[in-house]
Amino acid sequence: MSAQASEVPAKRKKVAFLDREATSVTEAFLQRLLVGVHTFLSNGLAVAGLSIILLLIAVAAFAPWIATHDPNLQNLSMALKPPSSVNWFGTDEYGRDIFSRIVYGSRVTLYIVTLVTITVGPIGLIVGTVSGYYGGTVDMIVMRITDLFLAFPGLILTLTFVAILGPGLEQAVLAIALTGWPAIARLARAETMTIRSSDYIAAARLQGASSLRIIFGSIIPVCMSSVIVRLTLGMASVILTAAGLGFLGLGAQPPTPEWGAMTSAGREYMLDSWWLVTAPGVAIMVVSLAFNLFGDGLRDVLDPKSK
Amino acid sequence: MTAISVKNLSIVFGEDENETKVLDAVSFDVEKGEVFGLVGESGSGKSTVLRCIAGLYTHWTGEILIDGQPVGAQLTKERCRKIQMVFQDPYGSLHPKHTVQTTLAAPLRIHGIGDSDRRITEVLRDVGLAPHLRFRYPHQLSGGQRQRVAIARALILRPFILLLDEPTSALDVSVQAEVLNVLSDIRDREGLTYLLVSHDLAVIGHMCRRLAVMQQGLIEEVVDYADLSGSRAQKAYSRMLFDASHHYDRSMANDITAARQAGGGTVHGA
Amino acid sequence: MSSTPRASDAAAVQMPLIEARDLRVAFQMQRGVFQAIRGVSFSLGQEKLAIVGESGSGKSTVGRAIMRLNPPSAIVTAERLAFKDVDLLSASRKELRRLRGRHISMIMQDPKYSLNPVATVGEQIAEAYRTHHKVSNREARERALTMLEAVQIRSPKRVYDLYPHQVSGGMGQRIMIAMMLISDPEVLIADEPTSALDVTVRLQILAILDDMVKERGLGMIFISHDLNLVRSFCDRVIIMYAGRIVETVAAADLDNVQHPYSRGLLNSLPRLDQKRDRLPVIQRDDSWLEAV
Repeated sequence: MSAQASEVPAKRKKVAFLDREATSVTEAFLQRLLVGVHTFLSNGLAVAGLSIILLLIAVAAFAPWIATHDPNLQNLSMALKPPSSVNWFGTDEYGRDIFSRIVYGSRVTLYIVTLVTITVGPIGLIVGTVSGYYGGTVDMIVMRITDLFLAFPGLILTLTFVAILGPGLEQAVLAIALTGWPAIARLARAETMTIRSSDYIAAARLQGASSLRIIFGSIIPVCMSSVIVRLTLGMASVILTAAGLGFLGLGAQPPTPEWGAMTSAGREYMLDSWWLVTAPGVAIMVVSLAFNLFGDGLRDVLDPKSK
Repeated sequence: MTAISVKNLSIVFGEDENETKVLDAVSFDVEKGEVFGLVGESGSGKSTVLRCIAGLYTHWTGEILIDGQPVGAQLTKERCRKIQMVFQDPYGSLHPKHTVQTTLAAPLRIHGIGDSDRRITEVLRDVGLAPHLRFRYPHQLSGGQRQRVAIARALILRPFILLLDEPTSALDVSVQAEVLNVLSDIRDREGLTYLLVSHDLAVIGHMCRRLAVMQQGLIEEVVDYADLSGSRAQKAYSRMLFDASHHYDRSMANDITAARQAGGGTVHGA
Repeated sequence: MSSTPRASDAAAVQMPLIEARDLRVAFQMQRGVFQAIRGVSFSLGQEKLAIVGESGSGKSTVGRAIMRLNPPSAIVTAERLAFKDVDLLSASRKELRRLRGRHISMIMQDPKYSLNPVATVGEQIAEAYRTHHKVSNREARERALTMLEAVQIRSPKRVYDLYPHQVSGGMGQRIMIAMMLISDPEVLIADEPTSALDVTVRLQILAILDDMVKERGLGMIFISHDLNLVRSFCDRVIIMYAGRIVETVAAADLDNVQHPYSRGLLNSLPRLDQKRDRLPVIQRDDSWLEAV
């Protein structure tokens, strides 16, 4: 019996709300949520990640007030100026303020991340759970399709889709989403397969629950945690892919201030004007690192066994 | 009056070379209001019988009659209201993200039964769970409390047959006593029929008057517990099972080893 | 704590194999310290000593403390914790490694988790022997085959080349016993060795353990939750509750236990021979948590 420890509650700081007996389902859920938040907050790196993400959101929301210049205003007399008190991160080859472009660029980054996540998550989750729950022919067909997607290197496949759909921000989002869902579906399916044979699913069936009710009421809530963690960890690679597409000129089109495209444009001037690539490069790195740290912290809370 | 009548129940798992006949023409009857025991060692198929009757397996052959009515392979809502099941592992049989309230309210919603608040309060009282535990998650409950929740979930649709699959084998003896008492009390009050699977003959002896001894998918014999404990069982296997459960005895171990060496090997797979 | 005169006399004839005085184990948890064992004292001679208790009583922790196999978060203290004259608390890692397996062995509940899945069972037994004895591969193999025969495996040569997933639970447990006893330990700690097994298999495994104890003069600590089994299999029984020993009795006197917890535990057990309408339920008393 290795579980003696859990038999006797250890000392914990008293928090009135957490220590009182829940009197409704909502309250029980909130208590559970708070305990999770508490665990998350005790992880310093994860909190750092979350802070950066919150900062990113704030910057995107208040871009017009934070930016010092119009991000698209060209001023050739000011071209390629190094960082100064007027242009904090310097200016690019058209004399546009890089700081302001980075600030507005956060909107583009968030737009891509959000759009990809809200399409990939539900699609992957539903396809994976349905396929895992029913098994048989449905499962075989769906899994062969995901095999097909997973057989290509992600970026190559994305490039192919963009080539078909044509360059542009929306097309880039669509292409990233198209290549992203199979991984999520695989994960959800694997989880479903183990949950499917558990006694609590058998009990649900014995109560007369329909397959749909079991999938949505019992299986998805359990799969959700690992899918959320995977999505969060995947956001970093979404940002990198989007930047990569921008860099290759297949993502956001000029003059949209997209970080990858900015890095690409600055490449020609890299030797003389280092700030052109450095600023957006650092922005990409910091934000993807933040999503990774946040995802790791989330995993410790939602999915402690895979630590 | 028979509550459950099983005739020639057979089931096969696996395909081609891996095909194994897990149940081979199993037949027995359970009277209304009776507690009928199914004993056997692992691989005897005792839990499989329960899962066939409950409707969790659908590819069996033979006949299962509930209350005199033959049931089909498919699980219908009507059957759910007649038969419910309690599983062995209280840690695996409750949904980890559902509170006691959610777990108990779900069947009522599925069957369109109103008045759920009163019914949940009642069933929690029946299984002896304090009302303040109603909004707890499984991880906040002890093993015994979880098993009571599982029993409450089985009872909430007011079935008249309860299938009990090793309901106390994962619990400590003192908790086992509490859970067995709860099961006895409910049966006395509601006149339910129990089909109890256990590897523990003491538990079977405490709960049942009659039992079936199973071995490798076959029913060895249906016997009164009084006869089994009085060494009046027909089959040598049943007597050996009883004696082996009773206490440790060096000479008995020798007999078993001798019997095993005469019979099949103990290695499987390859 | 009181043990019956008969049992303590038998143990006192020679130096105890294991002696524990005021053994305490605490776990450093995220939110405080949890006391799992709170002052346990006993000694083990050449006998079968049972430690029984419910989950959370700390019975397994005692076994692990003797092997010094507790996780790093455990704080083990004792007035004395010794194997013969070796102090287990001050022993170095190297000494402990030498003791484990060579002098003190442990059998766990489920052989599936204790055997290496990618090596044949025979190799693992031979390896266990070679860890403590400098012998050729050939001789180790011979020893392993002899040992397999000793645990009543009928065709040792065939079983030697099987992988753990190819053997049944009962055979896996025999293999574990062979592996643990091949280096002739003096103390065997068996933590619920038979609770995953069917009754008939259980009986055979117990018979093997019984013979080994008799033939080799082993001291065995048999950790179990099964009072009926312990009654007929062991010599002495220690009953634990919440990290303390509440009572130590000779197995034959198990029905005459004095402590209310021990009595309650025995009463709550369904009996094979007598029918009762209701099983008495233990009414727990806070005073049991205090020292006896």
